[in-house]
Amino acid sequence: MSHILLRHRDIPEISSLNVYRKNGGFEAFKKAVTKMKPGQVTDLVKASGLRGRGGAGFPTGVKWSFIDNKVWPHYVVANADESEPGTFKDREIMESNPFQFLEGVAIASYAVGANTAYVYLRGEFWQAAQFLDEKIAELEKAGLLGGRLFGTNYSLRIHTHLGAGAYICGEETAMLESIEGKRGQPRIRPPFPAVYGLYGKPTVVNNVETLTNLPMILANGADWYKSLGTPDSAGVKVFSLSGRVRKPGNYELPFGTTFRQLIYDHGGGVQDGRPVKAIMPAGASSSFIVANDQVLDTKMDYASVRTLGADLGSASVIVIDDTVPLDWVIHKTIHFFKHESCGKCTPCREGTYWMMHLIDRIPQSGYLKADVDLLLNVATQMQNKCLCPLGEFSTMAVVTGIERFPQDFRKA
Amino acid sequence: MSLAQEHPKEVKQILAKYPPEHKRSAVMPLLYLAQRAEGYITKQAMQDIADTLEISVTDVGAIVGFYTLYHDKKEGKYRMQVCTDLPCALRGADQFMESLCANLGIKVGETTADGLLTLEAVTCLAGCDRAPMFQIQSRAGLKYYEDMTVDKTMELVEALKNAGQEAE
Repeated sequence: MSHILLRHRDIPEISSLNVYRKNGGFEAFKKAVTKMKPGQVTDLVKASGLRGRGGAGFPTGVKWSFIDNKVWPHYVVANADESEPGTFKDREIMESNPFQFLEGVAIASYAVGANTAYVYLRGEFWQAAQFLDEKIAELEKAGLLGGRLFGTNYSLRIHTHLGAGAYICGEETAMLESIEGKRGQPRIRPPFPAVYGLYGKPTVVNNVETLTNLPMILANGADWYKSLGTPDSAGVKVFSLSGRVRKPGNYELPFGTTFRQLIYDHGGGVQDGRPVKAIMPAGASSSFIVANDQVLDTKMDYASVRTLGADLGSASVIVIDDTVPLDWVIHKTIHFFKHESCGKCTPCREGTYWMMHLIDRIPQSGYLKADVDLLLNVATQMQNKCLCPLGEFSTMAVVTGIERFPQDFRKA
Repeated sequence: MSLAQEHPKEVKQILAKYPPEHKRSAVMPLLYLAQRAEGYITKQAMQDIADTLEISVTDVGAIVGFYTLYHDKKEGKYRMQVCTDLPCALRGADQFMESLCANLGIKVGETTADGLLTLEAVTCLAGCDRAPMFQIQSRAGLKYYEDMTVDKTMELVEALKNAGQEAE
């Protein structure tokens, strides 16, 4: 099957505007602006079953329909902060298929009545931001962005905004704070951005991959999109496969592909032919899945992965083989979250600090049961108490690691 | 000279991205501009940005302190930021880092005696499938180096050293 998102793998020059347009580029945006009402675009996206690809999996059209039409102006923010360990899909999309992504931003903006959109890229994507700036300038020159588009009254400007090294800015309200020129610390929700977003105005924040689906959905229809994937999870997903596999990389596959197909058919199997011990399906924020034959044959869609006691999240599948001790893995994840905790709420700031302290001590103290119990206790107590999902995420690998792999937290 | 006097075109372009009543939004891009000019962010630059945006210098300092890609101290001309996070570590990033330290004769967080290079361990850079990998932050911006080996890295360090000497 040809790609829907990673189309540069089929059409190598698609990052040039001419080639993109020859392949139907900007026809979907033009159709939306000239032939559809904003509400019709939203209804179509709702009907397609598209869900947010950043991790939460919230239905995209429904998110748009929450936008407050009594307050103006509206904004769209594209979340290109991609910082979850194990996730590297948005980067490939922006670097190689930039126009489809930008057309997606444009379609979302039209649907919610925004005349300004920002693409928030993590600071490390400095080169990608420069590249997108060039592409945006080309679009303005070609009359595909700017004032009075396609002879209508609709106008749209897109700007890039670079972060500067803070995972927390991937959380949508922290991202809005960051664009406003403040520290990237999450706001208390509600109110949600659809009501009180950028500069206090109604705002839609969507992930890069989510947005990149839109031109294809508008061009081919909701039924076509729904025919891909599973009833619960429509369409295709870019799976970022990493860890102890022979061929790590991005694989665009329909939802419902099994772990085994991803790891063995696409990823070439595990390094040195070792067995899979654990799978982290959503990057460092994952719950560990204990791998076995039944698990490997489980479909990767939101509902099926949940039956394994984990979430699919952004589908950043990290493969861990039987040579890797899980206490080492959670040392890495705790270090990450402690480093990235924004410090605003106490449970996360203090909790990640104490988890780090304990996981440093556990191997040194010979895996004292009291220390392992205390670590589990700290993590469990953090749950449901943090201001934003970061704190919650920091506990997932800790709790499921200790509970599902107890042998790795005992003296050998 | 102030940032606006030195880089009038860039400052104007940056301010134009945001609504005039929300010019505080320009603080991050202006900090990048200041950092590229000097290699790090000086107290004077912070004051200058605060004046331009009509916010306090404390507000600007809070941004510099919060985000890891801003630096308020002069260190190596090039900052080599190696990802040692979980996915990269599963592909040998820790051993790669150890070996780099041995070759460069410095520890993580230190700068080479000639002031060329500061070696840093950083969290995920979204290059997990091409580990070992790092980015180099310098006045020229940020650049990724992926699928690296210690040999290739040491060649790069040598090239950076020579490029610096030629420029001087």
